Amino acid sequence: MAETVKYCCDLDISVVSANFEKRGWSPVGSDEDWNVYWASVLTIRNIFNPENGYKLRERQIINHFPTYQELTRKDYIVKNINRYREELDKQGSPLAEKDNMGKYIHLDFIPLTFALPNDYNAFAEVFKKNPTSTWIMKPCGKSQGIGIFLINKLSQLKKWSGPLQNSAQNPITATYVVSRYIDNPLLIGGKKFDLRLYILVLSFKPLKVYLYKLGFCRFCQLKYTCNMSDLANMFVHLTNVSIQRQGDEYNSVHGGKWTIQNLRLYLEGTQGKEVADKLFSDIKSLIIHSLKATAPVMIRDKHCFECYGYDIIISDDLKPWLIEVNASPSLLTTTDNDRVLKHELVDDIFKVMCPGNTVPNVETDRTPDENNIGNFELIADELESIDSEQCSKNSVHGGKWTIQNLRLYLEGTQGKEVADKLFSDIKSLIIHSLKATAPVMIRDKHCFECYGYDIIITDD
Amino acid sequence: MVCANGSSFEDYKQKLQNAIYQYLLKHPDIREPVKQEKEPLDFVQKAQTNWERRIFKSLNNMCNDLGIALSRKRPVSEQKELEAKWTELGTEDMDLSRFRPVYSPRDFLEVLMSVRNPNLSQVSIGVDHCLQPSKLSCMFPVLESYQAPLAREYSKQGCPQNLRAEMWALILGVETTDASRLQFEHLKASVFLHDLIVDKLIFKDINLTASNDDQYFVFEDLLYQILLVFSRDTAVLDHFEYSSANPPKAHLRGGRNNEDTLVIYPPNGVIPFHGFSMFVCPLCYIYEDPVTLYMVFRELYTLYFYLLHTVSSHPQGILSLCLLFETLLHELDPHLTYHMASKEIQPLKVVIKWLMRAFSGYLSADQILLLWDRILAYNSLEILAGVGARMDKIISF
Repeated sequence: MAETVKYCCDLDISVVSANFEKRGWSPVGSDEDWNVYWASVLTIRNIFNPENGYKLRERQIINHFPTYQELTRKDYIVKNINRYREELDKQGSPLAEKDNMGKYIHLDFIPLTFALPNDYNAFAEVFKKNPTSTWIMKPCGKSQGIGIFLINKLSQLKKWSGPLQNSAQNPITATYVVSRYIDNPLLIGGKKFDLRLYILVLSFKPLKVYLYKLGFCRFCQLKYTCNMSDLANMFVHLTNVSIQRQGDEYNSVHGGKWTIQNLRLYLEGTQGKEVADKLFSDIKSLIIHSLKATAPVMIRDKHCFECYGYDIIISDDLKPWLIEVNASPSLLTTTDNDRVLKHELVDDIFKVMCPGNTVPNVETDRTPDENNIGNFELIADELESIDSEQCSKNSVHGGKWTIQNLRLYLEGTQGKEVADKLFSDIKSLIIHSLKATAPVMIRDKHCFECYGYDIIITDD
Repeated sequence: MVCANGSSFEDYKQKLQNAIYQYLLKHPDIREPVKQEKEPLDFVQKAQTNWERRIFKSLNNMCNDLGIALSRKRPVSEQKELEAKWTELGTEDMDLSRFRPVYSPRDFLEVLMSVRNPNLSQVSIGVDHCLQPSKLSCMFPVLESYQAPLAREYSKQGCPQNLRAEMWALILGVETTDASRLQFEHLKASVFLHDLIVDKLIFKDINLTASNDDQYFVFEDLLYQILLVFSRDTAVLDHFEYSSANPPKAHLRGGRNNEDTLVIYPPNGVIPFHGFSMFVCPLCYIYEDPVTLYMVFRELYTLYFYLLHTVSSHPQGILSLCLLFETLLHELDPHLTYHMASKEIQPLKVVIKWLMRAFSGYLSADQILLLWDRILAYNSLEILAGVGARMDKIISF
């Protein structure tokens, strides 16, 4: 007789509590013996505050990492990624390779960003070199497009930052980041959009992360222009649903949301399959690098799991840019499709976290059956990827490397459909080998992009 | 004939062959010594004529009720404004609340149901096509060979999304040349020049359908362009040669009861029904360029889609498709047929809107494209009836 899972939920979010009820779990208070806690970030700070001396037991899991801000605060993530690049550079890793303009080839996935007011001088220097550039100002630690504005003159910033620097009594809200604005976004139907992808991180070290297949694109209502006169019109520039909802053209039936599947269909149809494949592979690589960049400063805690919402903008050269990461992605629902999607998201999170609807136990590693993780797909699993590598070295007929090579080979010779069919069957394995974080693997991926598949074949 | 610069004789020969092939497909009766009538069956022709009269009457009534002319010349300022807004027509502020779609699939079904054959002839059943999407590994050689019949043959298995754009263009004989771009610009200019009540109907239709569709809302602005241009395109009129329908005609101002002042209205002779824009939507997933998109759409319409809202005895006309659907449903799922009959549910009432829009909007975009692959490949709309007959599967989506 299976034990009933006891849950606790801080926030009154219908898609979450409805999911727990559907699973037949019983609600308990936060001071009782819960197994699953869907907590607000405030609760997390309390629980993990060493002064409180709260100790989590082995049968308890909670939905945030205590140091989640390392990934989600706009200034911290930039700091972490910069450090990650420098470290790889020092190690001489091929990942840190730069082009002749001095830009990272593989790690240039976040727009150039400065924290204000601290880095003001550095920013001013860069700005003076690119006087025609547009920059976007965002307050750290705020979300939903609050307090965001665009600038294209340094004077706009001085006017703004002047009084704020004086108001020393409120230093936290005064911190902004200023990022290079992606002023050449990919437009579809003349409109700008960004991607919202969900990922589920089980552990940062070793990295174990699932990507949710049902992400969506969020469209602006108005046609995109980069005219200076439109800089203040947020309906043109910001894709946040909370902003777009206020616009006149907001459509409550679809809410300006388009599925990732539709995006892929469109890109394959209009730009070709290679382009679409590369974009989606770049996006996965972006996610993994951003997580690896923050892994060293993340507290390791087996009780934690976290669902992050990634906001990504694609520029017109089909390069994905990480805009920001949200630790508590909105689970409020705006449209019917939205409700279905978010309900499934929470449902699938617990398919992964509590396989078979059983009480979680952090000591025994229970990897969920790959066929029963809903719409999640494993995109990085550091332990397993090492295993699979050994496996293929040991056995001639291991099949894993062979299939990857076959796929690459078939892609190279334009028989992509066959490759895709095979690929879908063993997708997660291929993703390990392409995306896994071991340096050897990453060197393979690099070779794939630049030199084709020869090196992978000789490696194997 | 002069060979275009840069293309070899072989290329030119292949193009010529394709052109002949496409012409023969459009005019299957070309070898027959006696030119066939537009519609051989009198009672069908009568039904179509009555239907046309009804549509036009209701359009006229709408004009009278709203106090708007069928057509008026736009003032220069308005022309310029429209031109400036061409790529973002979605932002156009327009009060469309008083406009209604001229007819919906439901209205059309009533007409179809009332068509009675005085001789009660036997209806033959078409082939039930397999709908399983299978993909071909290598279509590049097909594209390279540039042979329309070959492309058609290969499309029977469904085109890969990344090659679909070229395959369809090849099958339909669409080539985007400078001439076609010029023609598109010319049509655009005529949109700017005159304000037709049909424009309002197009806006209304897109507002009611595509704008609210989570798959297609992204392409809203593109749809306005395509459909407005379509309404001005007199090349569309050519299809009335082999269609049972006749283009509606209106009198020029001041010229009542005079044959000389009769003009075809709208210029392309097609009054859109509720959901007409769904014919264009799926194409937005494969063509970025409005001109190519338009050319492909025009071919699809004049080859196939016109049949879906015209009463005719054509073996792929909507009448035949409805019959085929009912027969297939009876054969494939007698229980369901019986169940519906006992509850006095008419399956066609559900299915007619799917058939009339070639399922666009009722299946996901990738499935629509696979389905239309088969229409092109088999040069036949019969597959629509087949898909309709598997409605139990579709409803479960």
